[in-house]
Amino acid sequence: MMENNQLITIQNMAKDYPVGRGYFRALNDVNLTFKRGEFTGIVGPSGSGKTTLLNIIGSLDVPSEGKTTVLGQSIGELSHKKAAKLRNEHLGFIFQTYNLLPVYSVYENVEFPLLLLGKNAEERKKAVMDALEWVGLTDKLKSRPAQLSGGECQRVAVARAMVKKPKIVLADEPTANLDAENSHNILQTMEKMNSELKTTFIFATHDDKVKKYLHRKISLEDGRVVKDELVEGMGNG
Amino acid sequence: MLAIKLAYRNLIGAGLRTWLNVIVLSFSFLIIIWNRGIINGWDRQARNDTKNQEIGGGQYWHENYDPYDPFTLTDAHGIIHETLKSNDNFAPILITQATIYPGGRVQSILLKGIEPDQKILTFPTESLKSDIEEIPVMLGSRMAENNKLKIGDFVTVRWRDANGTFDAADAKVVHIFKTDVPTIDNGQMWVPLQRLQKMMQMDGEATLVVANQKITSAPDLPHWLFKDQDFLLKDFAELIKMKNVGGYIMWLFLLLLAWIAIFDTQVLSIFRRQKEIGTDIALGMTRGQVIRLFTVEGAMHGILAAILAAIYGGPLLYLQAVKGMSMPEGTDDMGIAIAETIYPYYSIGLIVVTALVVLITTTIVSFLPTRRISKMNPTDAIRGKIQ
Repeated sequence: MMENNQLITIQNMAKDYPVGRGYFRALNDVNLTFKRGEFTGIVGPSGSGKTTLLNIIGSLDVPSEGKTTVLGQSIGELSHKKAAKLRNEHLGFIFQTYNLLPVYSVYENVEFPLLLLGKNAEERKKAVMDALEWVGLTDKLKSRPAQLSGGECQRVAVARAMVKKPKIVLADEPTANLDAENSHNILQTMEKMNSELKTTFIFATHDDKVKKYLHRKISLEDGRVVKDELVEGMGNG
Repeated sequence: MLAIKLAYRNLIGAGLRTWLNVIVLSFSFLIIIWNRGIINGWDRQARNDTKNQEIGGGQYWHENYDPYDPFTLTDAHGIIHETLKSNDNFAPILITQATIYPGGRVQSILLKGIEPDQKILTFPTESLKSDIEEIPVMLGSRMAENNKLKIGDFVTVRWRDANGTFDAADAKVVHIFKTDVPTIDNGQMWVPLQRLQKMMQMDGEATLVVANQKITSAPDLPHWLFKDQDFLLKDFAELIKMKNVGGYIMWLFLLLLAWIAIFDTQVLSIFRRQKEIGTDIALGMTRGQVIRLFTVEGAMHGILAAILAAIYGGPLLYLQAVKGMSMPEGTDDMGIAIAETIYPYYSIGLIVVTALVVLITTTIVSFLPTRRISKMNPTDAIRGKIQ
């Protein structure tokens, strides 16, 4: 299905948004491939199209032109249900503002994707505890998001993204709201998961702290890919 | 199952917001049941009292009798049919117009003769067994109060016999009874049947014959027309129907309040929880699942309200069903059977139907705003951007 471990292929992709009577082109002529185990950042200034690209890869949005294939499925042709199934089974999301469910405890937030997957209680408990151990939050099982610090919230979000061991994790500005120490902790955790589980991480970021961890850096400007480079000495042997 | 599990978590997690809604809804629940219970209780009591004290299992009317036209009374009497002479199954009543002069005033009344030993109606006719020279009369408390008569008082009664001759005699009040059925009380005096037959020169005659409630058939008899309980309770049934309309308006009003509370909560939830909806979708929920989740959440308000209403309302309703509700003074002058104390009656049917109606309608009302979710752009929703 996917040659050379290619999980994502993007060909001549463009995305337009209606503005007034016309259209604004947020992405233009994007051609990219992502392989298994990548730790890649999409960098660029605000408005360059990073989040749009991430949303399309995450099947939350569809391209206006071109073809985007994620795990062999063409995003533009997926029904709502199939897109939801793809996200549910294979994709993990980490958001800038954490997007934790406020009325759930830490445990329940992390457990949520597993409930959607229909895992039984025993499987869920084991997976949730493993994920929380990974991010070092086993002592906060019953806390609500409002009782946690920003760094802790993002660690819960990472645990939630990783609990189902997805093939791809999409992180939109995951460190933008965190201080340096928390940012490094989060990034180190993600890097560890990437190396141990071979999960593909794709970040949208303009945070220099993140850039230091990236193995591959894709630069966007005005919706176009202007540079796609491997970072030397970062596992690109 | 997933929707129920998540909806339960969301509701419990939402804490005070949930409980405020649930409390309001449970009030509505309770008042709907209470309101219907009062009308049902009144209906039940009044029907029972009327059957026991006035109409029995139905009545045979003389063919000329029309209770709404007192002038028919002159001709509405006849020899009691052989079939209707069993004391165990029938109680004949002779009715005539008369005039009394209590305290110097003139008052038109109905004189009703009834067998003191009758076993069909449950008011105390045995009090009429008396050897006194005067006419022993028994009257209801309303009649006694209106005419300022007490037990032992004498009052002059004037009547016109079968031949059209006026006659008069003193009557002695031997008993005053209390009844919830004003139609055996207001404007009437009860006398022993044979005494009245003698006064009227109508030996062996009656105007109507009340049947035992246990009789299973009512044969057609010449000159006597059988009127069943439904016919005799027609006026009361009409009144209850009218009261029911009022009750349903109240019921609808309370339901409307409950619906507004749920609808409002749902609309507000969908606006306030856009980010959550977006996150749910990003984590792999379909729009259908999100809509189901929100609908079940709304419906669960109804279920929790029913449980809460059962917890605090059950004992309250039970207490009132046992202790009853005192009716305000004056209601017994309305001309219909109303007990001084009404004991609400909450049937299983009433509770189940009310619960189902509230649950089904709150589910529908919960569902309506959630359709908006299907129009949401998930990428905007994730950012909490108002749509």
